[in-house]
Amino acid sequence: MLKALGQSVKKNMTVLLLLLPAVFICLPVVLIITGSVMDSMELKQYLYPVFSDGEDFIRWKLMPDYPTFEHYGRLLFFTPSFFVLFWNSVRLVIGILAGQMLVGVPAAWAFASYRVRGSRTLFVLYVVLMLLPFQVTMLSSYLVLDRLSLMNTHLAILLPAVFSTFPIFLSYGGFRAIPMQLLEAARIDGAGELRIFFTIGLPLGKSGLLSAIVLGFLEYWNMMEQPLAFLEDKALWPLSLYLPEISWMQAGFALCASFITLIPAAFVFVLGQDYLEQGIIYSGLKE
Amino acid sequence: MAEQKRNVHKKGSVKMAARRNVPFALFLLPSFGGVLIFVLLPFLDVMKRSFHTAVTTEFTGLKNYQVIFHNQAFLLAVQNTIRFTLVCIPLLVLAGLLVAIPLSTLKDAGLIKSVYLFPLAMPTATIVLVWKMVFYRQGFLNLFLTKLGEVTGQWGSVRIDYLGTGASFWVLVASYLWKNTGYTVVLWLAGILAIPNELLEAARVDGAGRWKCIRYIILPNLKGSFYTIVILSFLNSFKIYREAYLVAGSYPQEDIYLLQHLFNNWFVNMEFDKMAAAAVCVGIVLFGAIMLLQRLWDKAE
Repeated sequence: MLKALGQSVKKNMTVLLLLLPAVFICLPVVLIITGSVMDSMELKQYLYPVFSDGEDFIRWKLMPDYPTFEHYGRLLFFTPSFFVLFWNSVRLVIGILAGQMLVGVPAAWAFASYRVRGSRTLFVLYVVLMLLPFQVTMLSSYLVLDRLSLMNTHLAILLPAVFSTFPIFLSYGGFRAIPMQLLEAARIDGAGELRIFFTIGLPLGKSGLLSAIVLGFLEYWNMMEQPLAFLEDKALWPLSLYLPEISWMQAGFALCASFITLIPAAFVFVLGQDYLEQGIIYSGLKE
Repeated sequence: MAEQKRNVHKKGSVKMAARRNVPFALFLLPSFGGVLIFVLLPFLDVMKRSFHTAVTTEFTGLKNYQVIFHNQAFLLAVQNTIRFTLVCIPLLVLAGLLVAIPLSTLKDAGLIKSVYLFPLAMPTATIVLVWKMVFYRQGFLNLFLTKLGEVTGQWGSVRIDYLGTGASFWVLVASYLWKNTGYTVVLWLAGILAIPNELLEAARVDGAGRWKCIRYIILPNLKGSFYTIVILSFLNSFKIYREAYLVAGSYPQEDIYLLQHLFNNWFVNMEFDKMAAAAVCVGIVLFGAIMLLQRLWDKAE
């Protein structure tokens, strides 16, 4: 009995120790939310030492003295440009994910279910491409986009992202879990290759696709390097580039915009957490 | 007779191969075509450009390479990027492991795991303002340290300018850890949970304590996960540019001037000759590193 008690104490200690850093991890969210419902004057007072570079320190209140939704009102009803950028983000992310599914999923299926000569070499090539950072391929992308006169259009962001090899790697992880014998059996029964893909591959391997969608959403909702390089016209920018342009003097407004930007990502995170984890695990799988 | 049979067999396998080759090629075609057009062919063009001048496209041999290797900005950026990678990756790998091992003993780890993973979902742009509030001279971190100094009586008021001094490097390290620890925890956890329970049971029956189990059973079984985590951490380490750029702009304090900044600035100034040479160099180094890690990985298994 004493031993059991000791064990439960130990367990609780573990939980506590693990939660301690977790509190720090959540702190930014708390700051964003409380700041976004704070009255402008109050916020200015707290932040004044920071941008005036004075002697005092920043202050904060978890319960604002004058809670208000003024920033939300201003943002949602009097800032049409915010909607333009929001829709830019939505369009880009949905376009990219749809394209990746259309192009990448069949490719992943090819790698997972047909072992032909040269497929392994190609797969290694795909892995290397997946690991190359944007900066290394930036000039190459630019050369093509410029030749196709796509610079400063959304297609300049969409097309290179659609052919990213990362989602292929994730979907491959899902397809690989399907036993080959199942496919052989279907072939013997006379099913065509397309039919096998649609009736066996997709339903059984869907966890890989969903993982690719969840990880992809979080990645492209946060996309910065590509639009920064390839989009000059600020009206085409996604939200992720707009937020930092809001000045300190409008901190409440900026925090409120941050919160609204966070909502879709948080939504996808909560809904897709299992697939997110699955995706991370797939990303770590070796062929 | 035997010869004939073998021939028939061979013919059969050729037919079999064709039956696989055709659908393989068709399924792969859209993706490979795109990769060819958007990545591989233009990269060849970049390679070609790295041996030519930017505007007149005259052949200059290795001159662009000589130029970048004598370029102060390039050397600084390479140095900083290497320093960042060498500091961050071991820290991240370790931090992930320190969370994952106790987490693996809990039955209901879901919520804690979610909390660690959440920063991955937070767009960089949303936390920039928070980072500024924390790391500016009058920010939360100095406030906290000053209060701590008051309580312990060890030091006076702390007024470090984290973003304008060498400390900016550590701000980047911290935000990298903040963002990526969850990812690593999930990978370590998957590795730990894949270890057959009988192995641990057997060790316990033989009288191994908790530490011995970790040292002799868990850690040796995580070699495969280790390589994966290093590769993926490396991949993610390049994305720190987002934080660096949003917090400090195109020309940050010199300790955090990374290769990513340099590429972007060259791009803005249309210095494509240098960019091409640097892209080829970085590409080759990364390719080598990936191949080396894969070789080690193969050996570990």
